[in-house]
Amino acid sequence: MIRQVIVMLAAVMTCSACIAQEDSAVFGPPTATDTLVVRSTTDINVFAPVMQDFLATRPNMAIAYEQWGSNDLAALSARHCASGADSADLIISSAADLQVQLVNDGCAIAYKSPATEALPTSRNWRNEIFGITEEPAVLIYNTELVAPDEVPLSRFDLIDLLRPADSRFVGRVATYDIEASGLGYLFAFMDSLQANTFGRLLEAFGRSGAVATCCSAELIDAVADGRYLIAYNVLGSYALARADKDARIGVRAPSDYTLVLSRTALIPKHSNNVGAAGAFIDFLLSGAGQTALGQARLVVKIGGADGSDFDLPGGGPSSLRPIALSPILLAGLDQHKRKIFLSQWRQNLRQK
Amino acid sequence: MQDNRALNRFGHGNGQPLSLASRLFLAIGLILLAGGIIVTSAALAYGHQAARDAFDRLLVGAANQISASISIVDGTPLVDLPVTALELLALAREDRIAYRVIDPEGVTLTGYDELALPPTQQDVSFFDGTFAGAPVRLVAVRRHFAERGFSGTVTTIVAHTTIARQALAWDIARNAWMMLAVAGIGMVALAAFSIRSALVPLKRIGQDLLRRDPKDLTPLDIVVPRELRAVVDAINRFITRLHQQIDGMQNLISDSAHQLRTPIAALRAQAQLASEEQDPARQSEIVGRILARAVGLSRLTDQMLNRALVIHRGDSAVHTRIDLRRTAMAAAEVFDDGAIFEVGRLRLDLSETPVWIAGDALSLEEAVKNLISNALQHGDGVVTVSVIRQPDEALLHVHDEGKGMTAKEARQLGQRFLSSDQHRTNGTGIGLSIAHAVANAHGATIEVDIASNSGFTISLVIPLQLQEHSP
Repeated sequence: MIRQVIVMLAAVMTCSACIAQEDSAVFGPPTATDTLVVRSTTDINVFAPVMQDFLATRPNMAIAYEQWGSNDLAALSARHCASGADSADLIISSAADLQVQLVNDGCAIAYKSPATEALPTSRNWRNEIFGITEEPAVLIYNTELVAPDEVPLSRFDLIDLLRPADSRFVGRVATYDIEASGLGYLFAFMDSLQANTFGRLLEAFGRSGAVATCCSAELIDAVADGRYLIAYNVLGSYALARADKDARIGVRAPSDYTLVLSRTALIPKHSNNVGAAGAFIDFLLSGAGQTALGQARLVVKIGGADGSDFDLPGGGPSSLRPIALSPILLAGLDQHKRKIFLSQWRQNLRQK
Repeated sequence: MQDNRALNRFGHGNGQPLSLASRLFLAIGLILLAGGIIVTSAALAYGHQAARDAFDRLLVGAANQISASISIVDGTPLVDLPVTALELLALAREDRIAYRVIDPEGVTLTGYDELALPPTQQDVSFFDGTFAGAPVRLVAVRRHFAERGFSGTVTTIVAHTTIARQALAWDIARNAWMMLAVAGIGMVALAAFSIRSALVPLKRIGQDLLRRDPKDLTPLDIVVPRELRAVVDAINRFITRLHQQIDGMQNLISDSAHQLRTPIAALRAQAQLASEEQDPARQSEIVGRILARAVGLSRLTDQMLNRALVIHRGDSAVHTRIDLRRTAMAAAEVFDDGAIFEVGRLRLDLSETPVWIAGDALSLEEAVKNLISNALQHGDGVVTVSVIRQPDEALLHVHDEGKGMTAKEARQLGQRFLSSDQHRTNGTGIGLSIAHAVANAHGATIEVDIASNSGFTISLVIPLQLQEHSP
């Protein structure tokens, strides 16, 4: 039933960034004898340097990289799991919940190495799914239009900011449209599990006419343009990558708690190149791999220590909330649960 | 029994019997192995049961939470899946989870379509099945609705793979097994200790025997456990018999030396006298004396050898069932031919019924012969041999009409060299000594009647053998 829902959802997607296979590329020499088929939700140009680092020491290997939308990738992988044909060798997705569901449905095979054993339990479930990145959910703001003392440090600050009826932030705060964005849905659902802050935040969004829109790129663009002043729950990796190039974008990790998402890798049941897939996972988890991912802004260090990308005023590292890879994530995918959650959401946010 | 045979066979296979320690270790090893198999399988069964009970509770708890989250909205059931239910199931970290909620018509409301339906219609039922290729444990919980817009039964099925169950079951079994292993090691150590301490007394007996002076034939004086008392007793009985035999031999040698030296010296002196005598008449008289001495010496030698034989038999001969009257007759027969004593001096007065005793016929006969011979030689008048049967003992009297022996002689009765005349070569000492030794070997006594005025009676008092059919 859940799978049917996903397929159905994929079919009704309207968002332009979430259509079936978005892009593809082959890395490595044409003479390569060993090809690793990777299906991923990560943009090719973001992930390319990491793959090139991996291939640098493997002259006989090539990576055929396909970029997909997260829901499509999950639906496709579930289909391949059932049919046994056309399977990827490695699946990397930011949709931790959908990946966990693939594992729960018996579509992944176990892989064990010193690198996977060293992962914390929140980033390894059953030795079948591994969190390879650390990407916080952040607030972004327009640095030209929001004064430094106005920038909210936490969700409470954001709620306070939206409270006055004449606030200039009314109608100019945006977040993901969680009906269209799987990532937005996951962040919102995890928020709903954290505390009753979520109810108040939703209420504040509803009162202030906050906008739900699709996809990281659109959100960041709109904040840079000044159409929105603040965007909530943006994936930190994209926000930081843009902030590196665009001074108008400011990034803040909420200090009450910061959700940390791990992009997950799993080896599908019908993988034809388990060895290469395992080697790639080991590389991604190695020091070199983590450095490469860090340069791609896919591993974001938080907590104020040297070399970290953010400090968390007041909260400190204990306010990090990694989204643990566990079957608890299945709850958000439940058909009824989703219906209830979305109707609650819809009552408060207008879509755009 | 079977085990012992196997052990012995095993031991002989190696050419040597297994040591006691090896036998015990092997036996303990077999017990531990058998116990280990039994305990392990029992622990595994118990572990499975315990793990099943524990995780079934988790499962039904989660199912009840989901079931309780169902509400009727616009006439249809809506499941507000509680995250806590999944958190409960996720406590078994490695296990996969599936659930399914079904409306009264059997249509899946939410969850996994593929989960099997419960085999029974109970409100709570556990069953086994598979999910995505793995074995799962399932529970079905039924909730009955009777509301304005909706009535009927909504079934919640929750499934859980069995990794944590198996792990717990093995864990319980392994713990039990570890306990057994520890107990086993303890048992082996304890067994080693007790074997060693049990063998210490045996070692002490061996050392005591080895350390002994070869001439030391005193019994062992060692404190040993009750179980080894029999061994020490057997050794001591053996030592005592050896001692007696050696004593007998030593006695025989010294008796012979003592008894023979004097008569032979006398014989030699007489012979020398004869060789120097010129007078044929005197010479012939001396030769007559030499002959008399030689006859006496020959009888003495006979007696000594008989005595040695009797003493030897006393230790070793097997007792048989004999009639004491027959013994008396056989002994008297020797003197009946008139060669030694005149015919008619010896009379027999026997019981009319058999007098059964247990004994060695030959040595008893020898003893009686000696008593008769003494009576004929030293007593006076008619010698009467009578056999009388009393309720629990047999009496053999040898009566003569002479004065018999003195009280002092009677007290010394049975000592080896006793003769009313030490210089007489045909003394009664050896004869009585033989009789005494035989009596001892038969649990009998020699009694003398010196108070009587009507002659002298010496008696052999021997226990009757009452049972008709003993050996």
